Amino acid sequence: MRQSVRIVSWLYALAVYGFIFLPVVVLVLFSLQSTSFPIPPFTGPSLRWYEAVLSDARLTSALVNSLLVASISSLAAVTLGFLCAWGFARFVLPGSGLLRGLITLPLTVSYLIIGMGLLVLFNWAGVPKSLLAAGIGHVVINLPLCFAIIYSQMGDHQINIERAARDLGAPEWKVLLLITVPVMAPAIFAGFFLSMTFSWDEFVISFLLTRFDTTLPVEIWNLLRSGLNPKTNAVGSLVFAVSIVLVVLFELTLLRRRKT
Amino acid sequence: MSPAGDNPLPRAGSALPRAGRALPWALVTPALGWTLLFFVLPFLAMGFSSLTAHEGGGFTLGNYSQFFANPSYWQAMVNSLQVTAIVTVVSVLLAYPFAWILAEQVPERWQRLALMLAVLPFWTSYVVRSYSWLLVLAQNGVINRALTGSGLINEPLQLANTRLATVTGFVHFFVMLLTLTIFANLKQLSPSYRKAAADLGAGPVRTFLHVILPLTLPGIMVGAFLTFVLCIGDYITPQILGGNNELLMPQLVMMQIGRRGDFPLASALSIILMAVVTVAYLACARWLKIERA
Repeated sequence: MRQSVRIVSWLYALAVYGFIFLPVVVLVLFSLQSTSFPIPPFTGPSLRWYEAVLSDARLTSALVNSLLVASISSLAAVTLGFLCAWGFARFVLPGSGLLRGLITLPLTVSYLIIGMGLLVLFNWAGVPKSLLAAGIGHVVINLPLCFAIIYSQMGDHQINIERAARDLGAPEWKVLLLITVPVMAPAIFAGFFLSMTFSWDEFVISFLLTRFDTTLPVEIWNLLRSGLNPKTNAVGSLVFAVSIVLVVLFELTLLRRRKT
Repeated sequence: MSPAGDNPLPRAGSALPRAGRALPWALVTPALGWTLLFFVLPFLAMGFSSLTAHEGGGFTLGNYSQFFANPSYWQAMVNSLQVTAIVTVVSVLLAYPFAWILAEQVPERWQRLALMLAVLPFWTSYVVRSYSWLLVLAQNGVINRALTGSGLINEPLQLANTRLATVTGFVHFFVMLLTLTIFANLKQLSPSYRKAAADLGAGPVRTFLHVILPLTLPGIMVGAFLTFVLCIGDYITPQILGGNNELLMPQLVMMQIGRRGDFPLASALSIILMAVVTVAYLACARWLKIERA
């Protein structure tokens, strides 16, 4: 009985891993195709499509745009979220529950609707489509996330450290910068990292709110119009590689933190 | 959620005699202002826009009545609900046993690695992941080549640009998401529950059905609701994998903006979609509360 459960478990797990990895393996394998269709039979390995990607100015500038939008909007989201979380966790404010609900409300609305709303508003206000507009949208989706993560980690044990600093004569801004920020660093880092990945991968808001200068997911979307193309495979594999490096780095910093 | 939930000490506010009233508001106002300006106001603008006529402006309910009058719009909502329901059920059914195996059958020290591997493709770009499935399912793709090559079929199957392709792409994403949430749920269960069940004479099957499953049900509901919300609002997967043979709601919305520049109708359709999600949320929330009582 026990033995057969084990065997069935292994087979099932193997099948699910197979399902999860099938498209990724196909993606990476055919990015090394030497002919111009990413379909069997495999004709590689060749790096010509990676060269094509790296020499494509539209793709490389979209990559830079994506990194800029992701880092700046995440920085804004984590700063606003942190200040707000501190305010709500440390002070008694009238209507606090309601206001906290308002801050986290965008989490329950799909990106498409957030993007649509901003498109209608900017259209009326005469704000042109731009990376800035997309960045504003990214702060809208990531601010509630940063707030929720940081707020949930603001325990009462940290209050005492802040209190001690105040008793020793530190002004509020010093308490904030020298005590609260270092103590909350793991939560702040987690919020920033998650915001980065969501902004980096976000498509529909950028698609609606940018025009000529755009982000990488939108540029990849434009590539898809040419149908199946090994160049798309190469760009996808590169994005995948970058993400894995980031995730591994994140895991390592987290593990090191836990050990010390 | 509340960090000061069951703390007997007085709230910190009382310990801040020098702070005054201005500081706390200065802390929360930027975030509140951002949310009001770029989330609430756009939503109101969308609501206002949905009540104006596309040609010439002026107040009208026509955008909403159009949705109920036009069978192809109505059909998009039916398609969306069907696809989302299928995706949610299939994903939960696939992910639960997988999460259980990871939590129970895999040795403790390999679990973290096993879980990381299971969600690795999660980190590719969302657009690229849908495209990858297109490679697998295309007319000359890997599956069709394997099937024709082995002589199982003579003509390649139509796999891409079908509802099956959309569902496959979605399930792939949500199996990973649900595996994460259900795994976390299973790990949180205290082992003493299982010991108690065993002491009372329950076998592994009965323990699972009467103890483990009911205890993880609220977690499953949360995961299923998340799946529902993310799935019904997604444009990328149905557009890339399903094509235009059968439209889902987000595709219909984008079509109004892209092809016709009809913001009022797009706004009305978005609001209808949001209303459906809200109804699902209310139904779900009530169900969860009954579950806890």
